[in-house]
Amino acid sequence: MDKKLVIAVKKAARALYKSLPILLGVILLISLLNILIPKNIYSSLFSHNIILDSTIGSVLGSILAGNPITSYVIGGEFLKQGVSLVAVTAFIVAWVTVGIVQLPAEITLLGKKFAVARNITAFVFAIIVALVTVAIMVVI
Amino acid sequence: MKKSEQSDTGWYFLAGVIILYIIVALIKPAALLPSLKFFLNIIIKIIPVFILIFILMAVINLFVTTKKLVKYFGKKSGVKGWIAAIITGIISTGPIYLWYPLLNDLQKGGVRNGLIAAFLYNRAVKIPLLALMIVYFGLTYTIILTIVMIIASIFQGLIVEEIVEAKA
Repeated sequence: MDKKLVIAVKKAARALYKSLPILLGVILLISLLNILIPKNIYSSLFSHNIILDSTIGSVLGSILAGNPITSYVIGGEFLKQGVSLVAVTAFIVAWVTVGIVQLPAEITLLGKKFAVARNITAFVFAIIVALVTVAIMVVI
Repeated sequence: MKKSEQSDTGWYFLAGVIILYIIVALIKPAALLPSLKFFLNIIIKIIPVFILIFILMAVINLFVTTKKLVKYFGKKSGVKGWIAAIITGIISTGPIYLWYPLLNDLQKGGVRNGLIAAFLYNRAVKIPLLALMIVYFGLTYTIILTIVMIIASIFQGLIVEEIVEAKA
């Protein structure tokens, strides 16, 4: 049992060590983008077309990364500035489900085909989820 | 991809990001310290999750055999597999990229790609964060969005699996 435990711990440590440079790189990249891009720039990108805005929301959410709380705060600000709920929803959904910044890590660890397919479908689904959610809200 | 290539890619990527930092330091030196401070803050925040994932990986290595993984999360796992992916996705904590090493292990062990995709999608549904979402966007909105996202995760998982397994 002890020998098995040592092997299990070593295997876990080796796997995490292998992914360490990627994880550090992704976190460094997220930090840099968060500081370099001022938050108030984003709201100026939206128009008043529901499809176009949800796509822009999904694009912004895909590029940006970080704690979901930050996306709620930015999303809340967008709403105050008159950005539609569909666009804000696409933004907060894509924020967590699509990760351009962490894509190199996802490709290396989970495979190129998987990572690209997952991120592209998540991008499209952010728009669909936003449209469906807001449509249900309107019906209710 | 060979193992050595995989680990080299990671170091090349990190080196690329460090070069980017050096460029930023030369062009906009004022951004360097806040970025590094931001980086340190994230590192401090994720240390507990990193330890949790390390323990989880060791426990899985110790008790879960490939055979069991395939049985519960493989091709024939059915509805139970989807429910498990959704629930574990919701209760998992920390940044998404911290889970890649563990998912890599599970993928190699025979876990369905669709379930891994569904797990990653459901990481968007975070119970402690729902309270905050209610504050910002209201209760009705939060409930509807959560349900729509859980349903979307299944469709997305199936589509990703189709794409990944389609012959080139």
